[in-house]
Amino acid sequence: VINSESATAEPVAATPETPEPDSWRIGSLEWLAVVLVLLLLVRNRLAGWLSGPGLQTWTTVFVSVMVQAVPFLVFGVVLSAVIAVFVPRSFWARALPNHPALAVPAAGMAGVILPGCECGSVPIAGSLIRRGVTPAAALAFLLAAPAINPIVLTATVIAFPGQPQMAVARGLASLVVAVAMGWLWLRLGRSEWIRLPRRPELDDGSRARAFWAACRHDVMHAGGFLVLGAAAAATINVAVPESWLQSLAAEPVLSVLALATLAVLLSICSEADAFVAASLSQFSLTSRLVFLVVGPMVDLKLISMQTGVFGRRFAARFAPATFVAAVLAGAGVGTVVW
Amino acid sequence: VNRRAQAIVMVLFGGAILRASLTDVYLRYVKESLRPFLIAAGLLLLAAAAMTLYYELRSGGEDGHGHGHHEPRIGWLLILPALGVLLIAPPALGAYAAGQSGTALAAAQVESEFSPLPPGDPVPLSLMEYATRAVFDQGRTLDGRELRLTGFISPAPDGRPMLTRMTVACCAADGRPIKVGLSGMAVDAPVDTWVHVIGVYSSRVEPDPVNRADVPYLEVTSWQQTTAPRRPYE
Repeated sequence: VINSESATAEPVAATPETPEPDSWRIGSLEWLAVVLVLLLLVRNRLAGWLSGPGLQTWTTVFVSVMVQAVPFLVFGVVLSAVIAVFVPRSFWARALPNHPALAVPAAGMAGVILPGCECGSVPIAGSLIRRGVTPAAALAFLLAAPAINPIVLTATVIAFPGQPQMAVARGLASLVVAVAMGWLWLRLGRSEWIRLPRRPELDDGSRARAFWAACRHDVMHAGGFLVLGAAAAATINVAVPESWLQSLAAEPVLSVLALATLAVLLSICSEADAFVAASLSQFSLTSRLVFLVVGPMVDLKLISMQTGVFGRRFAARFAPATFVAAVLAGAGVGTVVW
Repeated sequence: VNRRAQAIVMVLFGGAILRASLTDVYLRYVKESLRPFLIAAGLLLLAAAAMTLYYELRSGGEDGHGHGHHEPRIGWLLILPALGVLLIAPPALGAYAAGQSGTALAAAQVESEFSPLPPGDPVPLSLMEYATRAVFDQGRTLDGRELRLTGFISPAPDGRPMLTRMTVACCAADGRPIKVGLSGMAVDAPVDTWVHVIGVYSSRVEPDPVNRADVPYLEVTSWQQTTAPRRPYE
């Protein structure tokens, strides 16, 4: 089999760009076939190996996180392909204020109208930057969209009956973090930290072809990192029993940090995290607010996807900074409200 | 991963999502309301795979661009969830997950006024309904009625079986148990079996060992083993 297919592939900056030798060798298609046949052969034993209750729960949670995220991932990918292929660059120049410092809050507010999970907003933000939107504004959008859209805020109102101030505080603190991170990027951010994959197929050929190429690439790329994040979240979900947390609930500072860390590790989608927060009833409302502010902005699956889409150097700086900003904003707003 | 292999991975992944959402398997993982979106996402994945193969075959695998570069290798990982659904189809959360978290009653929406139960004995009730009425209304609307609850068996800390059901807000990753203790007639079914339990309100309440929230009890008069319901979560 000639390896010509993989030689025509486009580059990804996250992986080293080593040339493939033009030689006869077994390609990925053949490996895939071999793996599938082997798995079909051991299929009946597979269920037996995974029958321990912990492992079984892990598999269930892993598959659920993926199934839950698929619609959001696919629609986010399609929207980002539309932005990359069909929306002209001039549109963004007209739609957003010219001055970057003003474009940041405008992009943050634009997050309100895009209902969706965080998995969809990562490829969309990548597309926006590629189409000439200032990175600060795209990052404000990335943080705001999953945190303050109407679906998430409605879910928060339902999860905290009789406490509508929780949803208000959540929206407010999240918007503050998104805009603050955008402005922080304007002051301190360096464009070389963001390494978007080069995408030659977007600039030539027919638009339909570019559209499907962008869809394929983003599904495989963002989806692969989503699998990593889902596996990590499932591991935490199974390995950390809730009773560990309860001992921290009485300490005001520790409880905030504990729930902030839990939000990062659990990687629950933003439409559901309010229900989880509501059930952590021994924790103070402030620490639960921090849980709701941190979760949609920094979590394992997001860090994994940001590493893939924007590069390692970006994620290593952006995720910790966002975490600190989200904890401070959540704790600050919580202290004022309660 | 070359483009043809990517197309196969997308077919597997999209096919797995479609298969789960066209049968009842998806109900083990997510809410019923997600179904139309799952079907649409599965179809879009299949369309992307078909278009990839179409362009790939039309150009004979040589379009003259980007020679000597990798496609994202990470995309291989997508066959894991695809095979997880197609080959294993793991069961809904059960007693193990229920034992790890505290009862979800703390997050329950409490009505100020509980309406009377519908007529007929025994009345089928969800565990959440029974628990909220028992704990927040001191069982006023439950007194003197014969009640039927359906759930699976999970072990209580004292070793006696507890009736349990998981609630899910979004997907099984946020699943929380609702627990109801069983007193009266002994229910000696193994852990994780589904049972119908018929009984009457009991005023006994014990704290959940995980989050100290209230776990109400039911005085069992009879019980019967059953199969898992179509919707495993409440």
